[in-house]
Formats: sequence, structure tokens, C-alpha cells
Amino acid sequence: MSDSLRFAASHEWVRDNGDGTVTVGISNHAQELLGDVVFVELPEVGAEVEATKEFSLVESVKAASDVYAPVSGEVVEVNEALDDAPETVNEAPEGEGWIAKIKLSNAAELENLMDENAYKATLEE
Amino acid sequence: MSEAVLNKTPLFDLHVSLGGKMVPFAGYEMPVQYPLGVKSEHLHTREKAGLFDVSHMGQVILKGEGAAAMMESLVPVDIIDLPSGKQRYALFTNEEGGILDDLMVTNYSGEAGEELYVVVNAACKDQDIAHMRAHLPEGVELEVLEDRALVALQGPAAAEVMKRFAPSTAEMVFMDSRKMSIEGIDCFISRSGYTGEDGFEISIPAADAEKLCRLLLDQEEVEAIGLGARDSLRLESGLCLYGHDIDTTTTPIEGSLIWAISKIRRNGGDRAAGFPGADKILGQIETKEFDTKRVGLLGSSRAPVREGTELVNADGEVIGKVTSGSFGPTIGAPVAMAYVQKAYSALETEVFALVRGKQLPMTVSRMPFIEQRYYRG
Repeated sequence: MSDSLRFAASHEWVRDNGDGTVTVGISNHAQELLGDVVFVELPEVGAEVEATKEFSLVESVKAASDVYAPVSGEVVEVNEALDDAPETVNEAPEGEGWIAKIKLSNAAELENLMDENAYKATLEE
Repeated sequence: MSEAVLNKTPLFDLHVSLGGKMVPFAGYEMPVQYPLGVKSEHLHTREKAGLFDVSHMGQVILKGEGAAAMMESLVPVDIIDLPSGKQRYALFTNEEGGILDDLMVTNYSGEAGEELYVVVNAACKDQDIAHMRAHLPEGVELEVLEDRALVALQGPAAAEVMKRFAPSTAEMVFMDSRKMSIEGIDCFISRSGYTGEDGFEISIPAADAEKLCRLLLDQEEVEAIGLGARDSLRLESGLCLYGHDIDTTTTPIEGSLIWAISKIRRNGGDRAAGFPGADKILGQIETKEFDTKRVGLLGSSRAPVREGTELVNADGEVIGKVTSGSFGPTIGAPVAMAYVQKAYSALETEVFALVRGKQLPMTVSRMPFIEQRYYRG
């Protein structure tokens, strides 16, 4: 299993943990657009999420922005550290600033996501 | 308003060269933030000093005998006894007691006669200028200062910075105003602002605006600050944004601006009434009969509560609406202003904001949310 990230057009990333779960967050580009993050509305552990549907929300000083589930499945863990330190999303969006871990209900959905180069190409359009 | 043609302030090129992110605001292209970012800009202003371009606001001079009396006939504020060299906050009211705009009035009268310098909001300036012209008595001239920029230097280090260029500013206290030359540039300076911090507002000829701003920005304490931080700074300081927290549908009493109504213009005062909507406004002071009131709200969760959010009581009944709301970087909590039914306006009352189907508890709190640090000598 590769450690590399895959991206959704709506600016979320996915890391395949190799055990049927993925870690999800927002891309560095997304946090740059948002500016200073002041609040992350985490999904509930146990919630069923559906690919392309909103499952979390990030608020910056400026505005609220929905976060869409890049894959379908069950939320098995959320990054509770963001409750006290939402700025981690700005500081390490593709690392410590992860939002949730999702147990995949359809691993084939990962194929719908872009690799980093393809995602970066969409940003340059 | 047409979105097609946006005005530029005399500092537009400076904003672009500093990396300002330009957005449309009140018909102008204004910097909402610089590379520093809204939160850091906010904190920097509270810690050191921030420079704001507010040239989009309207600057007007009223000259001639009767200028103060004319201004007094439009606002519930004592203008006639405003000492020369002093500035005062005022409100244009309408016949229904609503607020047409909020403004600052400075008395610059001297040997040359009566002179008032008036600063009004950008979005209202055409209407305000027409309003003043419509009430202009013979002998009073109105001049719109189209060729002047206006900037604000705000924060605890502002006084030290200004002293380097204009030593006499050290003698000024909150709301003092003077005309003076800085580096050979003729400026109007007042010790005031809209962040809750000590600081100055400086009116500068457009042609010299960038030069003076660059001098100020060259000082190590000073950073350029955008509209985003200006909004969170004024909100934490409990200061109203016209068109949001006050408008033609709110009276000064409902807007919790009773402090802005001078004693002398209230019932029993020597120059009571005599401004548009006086019956309604002075009546509300006497009877305390009104339905809703502007209050400050502090959130107990971290989720910001934005403008337009409905407020409910413990039974889920709608009792108010948020008019400004954000996350206060200095307080570290969501702050908001709202109109609530009078029964819910007492300090420490708990209300609930309806955010995405959840009820987030908020507490009616004293404003300003943080201590104002004006320099009163």
C-alpha cells in the first residue's frame, strides 16, 4: 500500500491506512483558501457517510465551508484535538490536521480520487 | 448599486504592492487581508499597531455661520457646544426615529469662522451628503473632500509611532482633533478610531497618502491591516457596523446607543428634541417601551455564530437574530451582536443560536467584550 495521498475535486485528501480504513482531511490548497481556521465541526463516531456528501465543516475567521466525504463508509475515529486547536488544520492540513477516519464500505471508490499530480493540475486550470 | 465600476482609493497601488487581497466593499476595491492573514492582523493591532485604509469613507467640510446649528438639527447630539479641536460620535436619524447613518463630527472652528469636519460611512455617503445639502442654511457651504485619503493607525504602539513624526500628537487625548503638518504634508489628525485601541485617524491629501503610509509602514511596530481584521476588532470592542447592527429600522435606544444621545438634547435639556424622530426616540427613553434591543453575545462552544442566525429561548421559541458575528481572536471565543426581545436582554441571560440544526448556548454579555484602551490622559 502506498503512503501517498489521493484527492477529491472538492479539496479533501484521503490516506489509505491499509486496514480497510482511510484518514481524511482537507488539502493544503483548501486551508490556504479558507484562511485562519477557528472551528471544525467533527462528524459523530459511528455515523455513516456517503461519498460527495457533506460530513464535516470548517469555519475560518471569514466563513464556513462544508467538507465533503471523499469516500463512503462509517466514521470510526475523529480528530478531537481539533476541538482545542483548530489552527492545526492550517499548520498541518495533510498531517496532524486530519479530520476523521472512515471504514470503507466500497474500496473501489478510492479509484475515483486523483493522485497528487492530477489534483495539482486541477488547481492550475 | 452597480457592481460594474468599482472605485479605488488613493492607496490602491500600495495595497496591491503589499499583497493585499482586494474585494468589493461599499463600491470600492478594498483589501480584506494581506499575506499576514486576518487573525494575525487582528492580534498584531492589539499588540503593536495596525494601519488601515478607510479612504472609502466620506469626508465633508461644513463651513460658515450656522454650520453647528444645522448639524444639530439632524442628530440627537450636542454639536453647538462641541469645543473646537474635539470630535464626537453622532447619528443621522429619520422621522421614524430610525438611524440613517452613524458618523464622526469634528469642530475645527477658529478665527476663520465655523467649520465642521464630518466623516460618514462609505455605503451611505451619497445619501448623507444629499441629506446635509437638503438642510443647508444660507451662509453654510458644504464641501466634499474627494481629494483626501483617510487612514487609521491603531494599537498600543500607535502613539509612540506618531510621536516620531508629529511630537505634538503626544499631547492629544481621546477624541482630540488637530490640523497639523507631518513631513510637510497637511493632515487632519484625531485621536480616535474603531478598534477599541488607542490610535489616530489621519486625513491626508490623496497625492501624499502613499508617501505618508509608507513612512508609517516602515516603522517596525506597524503592519498593514485589512477589512477582515477591522471587522473582528470593532466587533470585539462592541462597536456597531452600520447596515448590520443599526439601520433605518432600529432606533438609537433599540440599538443600545442611548449613550450617544447628549443630555442637553433629551427631555428636560436646554436644547431638547429638534432632530428627526425626536418624539419617538425621546419617548422611548421616557417610557422604556420598545420590543427589541441590541446585545452582545459570547458563545460557550467554539463554533462562530454568523450574521442572520436565529436565536431561541430554552423552549425553542425564536426571540432574536444575530446582526454581526465572528470568532474573536483576542477573546478566543465566538462573539456576536444581536437584537433580542427585551425580556432576554439582561446580562447573563442564556439564549441559543440555531446553527445547522443545533442549539448553541450563548450568554448575553457586557460590551465591549474586551477592555477599550483609549488614551484619556
